[in-house]
Amino acid sequence: MPPSSSRDETVHSEAFLSSLMRRQLRLSIGCAVAFLVALLGLPLANYFAPDFMAMRVGGFTLTWLILGVLFFPYVWLISGYFIKRSLKLEADEAAEVLSK
Amino acid sequence: MNTALPPLAFLGGVDPWIFIFSFVTVAITIWMGFRSAKTSKTAGDFFVAGRSVSVGWNASAISGEYLSAASFMGVAGMVMAVGYDALWYPVCYACGYLFLLLFIAGPLRRFGAYTIPDFAEGRYDSPVFRKIAVVFVLFIGLFYTLPQMKGAGTTLAYIFPGLPYWVGVAVVGVVITLNVALGGMKGITLVQAMQYWMKMFAISVPVFVLMAVFGGYGKNLSYNDGRTLADAMNPVAITQSVETSAPAVREPLPAKAPSDSTWLSPFGTLTTKASKAAGLSAEESKPYSLLYTYSLIIALVCGTAGLPHILVRFYTNPDGVAAKRTTMWVMILIGVFYVFPPVMGVIGRNLLPELYAATGAKGTDKIVLELPRIINERYGVWGSIMSGIACAGAFAAFMSTFSGLLVSMTGAIAHDVYGRMLRPKSSPEQRMKMFKFAAIGVGGMSVLLGSQVEQLQINFMVGQAFAIAAASYFPLLFMSVWWRGMTMKGAATGMLTGGIAALACTTIINLSDLKKIDIAGFWVEHPLLRILCEQPAIWSVPLAITLMIVVSKATSKDVPKDIRMKMLVLHAPEALGLKNEYIQEQQAGAGH
Repeated sequence: MPPSSSRDETVHSEAFLSSLMRRQLRLSIGCAVAFLVALLGLPLANYFAPDFMAMRVGGFTLTWLILGVLFFPYVWLISGYFIKRSLKLEADEAAEVLSK
Repeated sequence: MNTALPPLAFLGGVDPWIFIFSFVTVAITIWMGFRSAKTSKTAGDFFVAGRSVSVGWNASAISGEYLSAASFMGVAGMVMAVGYDALWYPVCYACGYLFLLLFIAGPLRRFGAYTIPDFAEGRYDSPVFRKIAVVFVLFIGLFYTLPQMKGAGTTLAYIFPGLPYWVGVAVVGVVITLNVALGGMKGITLVQAMQYWMKMFAISVPVFVLMAVFGGYGKNLSYNDGRTLADAMNPVAITQSVETSAPAVREPLPAKAPSDSTWLSPFGTLTTKASKAAGLSAEESKPYSLLYTYSLIIALVCGTAGLPHILVRFYTNPDGVAAKRTTMWVMILIGVFYVFPPVMGVIGRNLLPELYAATGAKGTDKIVLELPRIINERYGVWGSIMSGIACAGAFAAFMSTFSGLLVSMTGAIAHDVYGRMLRPKSSPEQRMKMFKFAAIGVGGMSVLLGSQVEQLQINFMVGQAFAIAAASYFPLLFMSVWWRGMTMKGAATGMLTGGIAALACTTIINLSDLKKIDIAGFWVEHPLLRILCEQPAIWSVPLAITLMIVVSKATSKDVPKDIRMKMLVLHAPEALGLKNEYIQEQQAGAGH
């Protein structure tokens, strides 16, 4: 099944590739930022607000509760969101080309 | 209790329950390896399991392979030893996966390279680069193997109290090596998947039982409130257990144990060791600790994405959608797991503090194995049974990870070093034979080195493997996928410089900590250098990336001619079928 020439042109055009990479990178970076803010922010919170982070919550210190327990569900939320969006993005990209 | 089981008493201090559970685990693992060896026939079966693994199996298998002795034993041991700072390890082990998912997993899968060296060659059309890239499979693999060996030695020394550490290393090393040489990866996939569930069971059941008997996670943490600080050598009754009327007593902390406040709060023993040795005050050492923490985070998060034995598993999915769903499940499976080991460390500090006074195989790294046994004090043999279950999990942990690493390293030698460099015209049968020889060679080397590292913490050693991966493969993969201006020379310079710098630093630290070289005085004078050497990621990762950019700019005429096509294959949805087109072009080009 040889692809139609206009479809072929679209796929191999510079514009298609850069829009592809830009959209994917934007999604990935967005998710990474949500994750990095928490990951890199926690040591800063420990550094600048040690008393607040040492507050006891059900026996845990606040910072222990965040790092030892709450971080995991937070990461699941981010990865779940990313997977949903990236599958949709791929479907859109494919549909865009195949409709030509 | 000893009188109840006289026939087994000749084994000298061996707890029969613990022995039985461990023995059954090992027997099942080996049996499954041999059984599936019969069904894997072709070289393709051996290397990537024929790409025919379902999402559930594959997610369990990836998790099973990922959760090593460091996760199962090392995290708990380190949390007990140093407290809060050690929590970064389990969190970053799990979160590193997210980074892999966001930036690397999808494109690499679309590109269709089996291994990182495959990718290196395909992306830069350079067989030479492949030979450079394959070196780090061996470096990282070997560094990652050492803690598994320590886990093996520690576990066997726990089960058989009279056994020297190195015997345990040798026994486990030989068993796994034979298993891999005979079974290959097809066997490993099924075994790994089963082993995840075994590890999950083996950590969660003892933790739940311990919490039911001795109080929950938060309650045990709340005991660390400094009350015992002033009078550390006296037992302090903390709470009265109403039902049993036996007081739950917090054992006295030995002198070597960190105080409650350093243990419980951030920037404690782990991150202040260097500045403490240099005699800095608590205030002065805080910035150093922050630096240490960030460097550790970078190493672990970036390092996950560069582990050679993890990436290869993305290819055992039938398509990209399945690969993504697999990753989601992996995140959940490993995330749930990582909540448990720190609980062991926390309860261990309260109930088994004598481990603080011991070192090597008898130290805190065995807390996961030994802690459940204290249930014996109240409920007869149930403690031994729990401890037996924990030992079975430990076996599953170091056996599965060591197998996975052995397959990766052996594959690199058989596939790349032998099949492409030494004897490019070798037949598949010859390569299969080489695979077996290489497995035995690498296994032997691991046992030799593994028997030397008894005094290093399991988790610490795994962190080093991550630091090397973070400075070599991570920049290579990340930059190659997202920047089309990369050239082979840029990639090679960055990867080699970053990776070798990290490798050199971690080796120096290990030699110094094992007292093979004496530079303790130098570290005392230069705490900053000690931290940057112990946790090199904060400078080695940026160094590798900077070199990649600078050298690639300087050699920009060497950017592969068909770079746009390569980028398309990396990023375009698989539904467009660009990969077939690309492969046809490559083959046509080769014919001219």
